[in-house]
Amino acid sequence: MSVTPDSLTTSPASQSNSLVRRFSLTAFKEAIIKGLLFGCAFLSIFTTIAIIWVLLTNTLSFFEDVSLAEFLGDTRWTPQFEGEQKHFGIWPLITGTFLVAIIAASIGLPLGLLSAIYLSEYASPKMRNIAKPILEILAGIPTVVFGYFALVFVTPFVLRPILQTMLGFEVGIYNALSAGIVVGIMIVPTVCSLSEDALRVVPNGLREAAYALGSTKLDVSVRVVVPAALSGIIASFLLAFSRAVGETMAVTIAAGQQPVLNINPLQSVETMTAFIVNISLGDTPAGSIEYKSLYAVAFTLFALTLTMNIISQWVMRRYREEYQ
Amino acid sequence: MSLGFDIPADDLAKRHRKERVFEWICLSALWAGVVILGILVLGTTYQAWGWLDWQFLTSWDSRKPAEAGLLAPLWGSFWILTLTALFTIPVGLGAAVYLEEYSSDTWMRRIIQVNLSNLAGVPSIVYGILGMTVFVRAFGIFGSEGKKLVIELGITQWTIPLPFGRCVVSGALTLTLLVLPTVIVAAQEALRGIPASIRHASLALGATKWQTIRHQVIPAALPGILTGVILAMSRAMGEAAPLILIGALTYVAFAPGRIDSLDDVFKDPGAILNAPFDTFSALPIQVFSWISRPKAGFQHVSAAGIIVLLVVLITMNSVAIYARQRFRTKLKW
Amino acid sequence: MTLNSSPQPETPSVPTPGPNNDSPDMNTANKSGVVPKLRPTDEQPPTTALGQFAKLFQNSRNEPGVPNPDQAPKIEAQDLCFFYGEKQALFNVTIKVPPRSVTAFIGPSGCGKSTFLRTLNRMNDIIEGTRLAGKALFDGQDIYAPNVDVVQLRKKVGMVFQKSTPFPKSIFDNVAYGPMIAGQRNRRVLGEIVETCLKRAALWNEVKDRLAESALALSGGQQQRLCIARSLATNPDVLLMDEPASALDPASTARIEDLIFELKQNYTIVIVTHNMQQAARVSDFTAFFFEGRLIEIGETQTLFTRPKEKKTEDYITGRFG
Repeated sequence: MSVTPDSLTTSPASQSNSLVRRFSLTAFKEAIIKGLLFGCAFLSIFTTIAIIWVLLTNTLSFFEDVSLAEFLGDTRWTPQFEGEQKHFGIWPLITGTFLVAIIAASIGLPLGLLSAIYLSEYASPKMRNIAKPILEILAGIPTVVFGYFALVFVTPFVLRPILQTMLGFEVGIYNALSAGIVVGIMIVPTVCSLSEDALRVVPNGLREAAYALGSTKLDVSVRVVVPAALSGIIASFLLAFSRAVGETMAVTIAAGQQPVLNINPLQSVETMTAFIVNISLGDTPAGSIEYKSLYAVAFTLFALTLTMNIISQWVMRRYREEYQ
Repeated sequence: MSLGFDIPADDLAKRHRKERVFEWICLSALWAGVVILGILVLGTTYQAWGWLDWQFLTSWDSRKPAEAGLLAPLWGSFWILTLTALFTIPVGLGAAVYLEEYSSDTWMRRIIQVNLSNLAGVPSIVYGILGMTVFVRAFGIFGSEGKKLVIELGITQWTIPLPFGRCVVSGALTLTLLVLPTVIVAAQEALRGIPASIRHASLALGATKWQTIRHQVIPAALPGILTGVILAMSRAMGEAAPLILIGALTYVAFAPGRIDSLDDVFKDPGAILNAPFDTFSALPIQVFSWISRPKAGFQHVSAAGIIVLLVVLITMNSVAIYARQRFRTKLKW
Repeated sequence: MTLNSSPQPETPSVPTPGPNNDSPDMNTANKSGVVPKLRPTDEQPPTTALGQFAKLFQNSRNEPGVPNPDQAPKIEAQDLCFFYGEKQALFNVTIKVPPRSVTAFIGPSGCGKSTFLRTLNRMNDIIEGTRLAGKALFDGQDIYAPNVDVVQLRKKVGMVFQKSTPFPKSIFDNVAYGPMIAGQRNRRVLGEIVETCLKRAALWNEVKDRLAESALALSGGQQQRLCIARSLATNPDVLLMDEPASALDPASTARIEDLIFELKQNYTIVIVTHNMQQAARVSDFTAFFFEGRLIEIGETQTLFTRPKEKKTEDYITGRFG
């Protein structure tokens, strides 16, 4: 292909050698593209607005039928009952949710933090290159699978032999403990990777100073690095806890559907997420109170997790600024 | 000696012992995940043994465990993933390009960025409720009967139900909203890794901003972007909660658009256009449905389903992780 | 860099690359009788002009191996070589640091002076892929011997870094850190240690009313003195200081320098500095490093006024570096 002066001078501006901007198709196209791209970016804002709007309007409509006092004051949650027996007290779902989440946290947070300490303070680069992808694969396992694991392995092969056969506690087929255990395992990758980030932000100077004072690696990790990274670690804990609260399939499968005010982890409970799934699996007609109660529960869930996430991000940002 | 006090005799042997125990505990915590992953895979494989066979992969669902198969959710997941990728890639990339290349550090950009990280933390079931309300029912504005938009295309006609109802498109749109924050953030990181010199070189040759981005920046960032997309798709593949809300049917004995072979496509090409508006099942939904069934054999059927799901997901994740590792080591500007 | 004019069993004679082989008449003055003054004594060391130390000057290169246990160096390196991976950072460094004195390491950046300092309490151990050859001795013991407990070593050989590194804890907890990890849990004893060390670091009067406050609230100079106090609390013999005042304002620098002068009574101090005036002000001995080699070591005044090496002269007269 030969290059002629013609093919080089495609726009009128360059022919006249004028640099003055004038209307051109190219500039117009650029503006359109910029607008489209902005639209893509703005979609995320729009999604948030849509979520809040959908939840809020339907929740408000729910509160036309059920008083806020009942929602927050009653201790019974029986939307599927008839007439007078219908009760809409959110507490059984909240306790169920937090029971599972606290069990999950007591397993997942220490495991995740210890793994993070190992990866950040002890592991050779080679070890890190092996361990991190494996953790990532663990993070990619669908929650349905963990539910199955709790129901088919954890309860019959771990909890029942130990707690029921050996210690004499009755363990239900569906129980909060098995759900909590698997959710705990599920949040390990989250805690681990976020805590590790927090630990690695701690300046090396602090480690060196600690070593120079005659520290063992244990002293450096536990007495210097972890305290220095504490706010970052707490942020990762909060985020992981919020994940546990919002976790759906594993708890629906393993924790059961008993919306009772119950803190016995060996019995069935119902979490907020499990309630939402169960309502939507049934043939509840749109517009009924039960159906609207789904939005009220979802709104509560959304508000809880969003609050935790925002606090977590705020703490994390403050923490990073501290070391910059 | 030189100070006026005594330091207690330091039991160094004990301190070193503690140090070793602590390291061992941390290492065990790290491998606990791997061990559990191993038990999970082995135990499930044991449960699935003898049930995961060709018949299982090529049969529709059934009320009898021995005859139940995975064909419908395989097709359903295929359609869901294809459409989700189709929606996610342009929008996610577009948003990332806007945030990285066009927006200056204004309040708008910061709000979008903060909003993205908040969206990433919203429980997936909340997206399900959003999808159910907006895509499946369209707020009920089309009435309880629903309408149909028919577009004549000469050889065939394209029927779009309004609202979309419990169909593949509703599910894919919901999952798109769910994974978009992840994809945008991954794409942003990939774009940020491209050195300014490439942009300057292109701009200096008289290319417009968009030409520079399209022909130089995006191709250079493509491996990183694709890795993020694959990871997001594997997440979409495993998500059950939002699809349950969308109403992915748990007993489906057909593929979307009734297309389950090439012949079907030749017989009725229009089916491809209409399949996205058909009802569907998906792998995690089907597994959930089987787990919930009381009949004894379904425990094994669900195990077989889980193995298939895990094989697909672990393959996707491994490819993405490996590609990223390769890309990172290769990319030395 | 070793040149032993007479055979000495402990220090193997090394082929020396430096051009200083042919200076046999160095330091004839301090070859003999004055040496005992160097011994650790309880009498107050001289606090005025550097000239008073001229007679104490001891240089490994020209000190004949007189077997005299009293003049044993606190720290000694023999043919020390150090590698970061493939890259060699130190070449056959041989040096003796006398006790209760201040020795300054000077040289252009990248010359290995900090690296060498860090080999003396094995801080380089925590950097991956580093390797050391030769010997480093503390009180005559090889600190790289397999049976040496590095934790014990670092308690005896403390270190203060260029950037002050207070832990994000209270002032009290910072100073009490060393004794606490060593097993001291008694709050009263810890309190005494903290007070003693803060007084020694000339910080007590400024912080005695706010020991429970975060150490990060202190000014830069105060933080650095806190780090010195923290090092003192492990009861070390040696303090290694890596450019301790380079990030401080002149007033804080002066305070640190005064402090170093005070501490010399009880501790052996090795200080790395890129500031030659500072080396001249605070140190008794000065060692000049260049490109990983120890070029010259001598009594500070001598080195600054009558350097024996051309390179040293070029550096201190500002011709490079």
